[in-house]
Amino acid sequence: MAPISDTDWLMNKDDDTLQEMACQELVEVITEYLEGTLPESDRVRFEAHLATCAGCREYLEQMRVLIRLSGSLTGKSIEPGTRDSLLRAFRRWRDAPTGL
Amino acid sequence: MAVIAAKHTSEAELIDRLRRGDEAAFTWLVDTYSPSLKRLALAFVSVDAVAEEVVQETWLAVLTGIGRFEGRSSVKTWLFKILTNRAKTRGAREKRTVPFSELEPEDRDVPAVSPDRFLPPDHPNFPGHWSTPPHPWSGVAEQAAVQRETIEVLRRGLESLPRSQRVVVTLRDVHGWPAHEVCAALALSEANQRVLLHRGRSRLRSTLEIYFAEDM
Repeated sequence: MAPISDTDWLMNKDDDTLQEMACQELVEVITEYLEGTLPESDRVRFEAHLATCAGCREYLEQMRVLIRLSGSLTGKSIEPGTRDSLLRAFRRWRDAPTGL
Repeated sequence: MAVIAAKHTSEAELIDRLRRGDEAAFTWLVDTYSPSLKRLALAFVSVDAVAEEVVQETWLAVLTGIGRFEGRSSVKTWLFKILTNRAKTRGAREKRTVPFSELEPEDRDVPAVSPDRFLPPDHPNFPGHWSTPPHPWSGVAEQAAVQRETIEVLRRGLESLPRSQRVVVTLRDVHGWPAHEVCAALALSEANQRVLLHRGRSRLRSTLEIYFAEDM
């Protein structure tokens, strides 16, 4: 692919105006944006759109909050019976390591 | 019985004690890591009793494999890898499961946000822009008064995601695995991993939006 200049992507082929990212496109590329895998040209369009759109800024912030909250999901305790049976298995292993 | 204080016990020491048959070390590991392991197992198998079995099999594999643990990864990473392998095998045995490398219809081509939230493509000024912008909740979701309930809504939402999305979101966002490790563990391409993460997160965001819209 031929290298593109720093400004080529900014232009619509038709009317030489800034090709804005629509909200509907933004919500579909937001994961690529957060993953850092969005192509540079789209990243610039993404951020240019954010600068002018409160709805999309809120949307992005919601995604960030969601990811943080997901990280605070706690585990789920195992049943006491499972724990007991694991400890019994441990003792068998300790006493005869080859024959669990 | 010796008391193990987590912060003062290195993992190498813990493993060493486990190898020597120290029950307190094993108990500490089981009590510390089983809840996370079960959360992860539930992402794969969805039936609680089966998840218990997968966690149990993981610990038995730890005992039989402890001699092979070389300490190149953390204990937690090692445990999660064993569990992931067990859970995958288990999940594959359950009917209706497809390999993670193949996206199911529910994983693709579903918009992140319903099209009726946007202006139509032929709108003269703002095609594809919000007609109904997101209900704002990002500022309140983490406030102490609501966070516990929000997390409960999120947990239920996560459990009701399609399996592939649930596993990827659990590994990435709940347990914080980097993308390349998820791809390797599930034999997923980077692109498909991202699609699953995107669909899962988008759905969860929508779940929270509905919750906050009803609540406020």
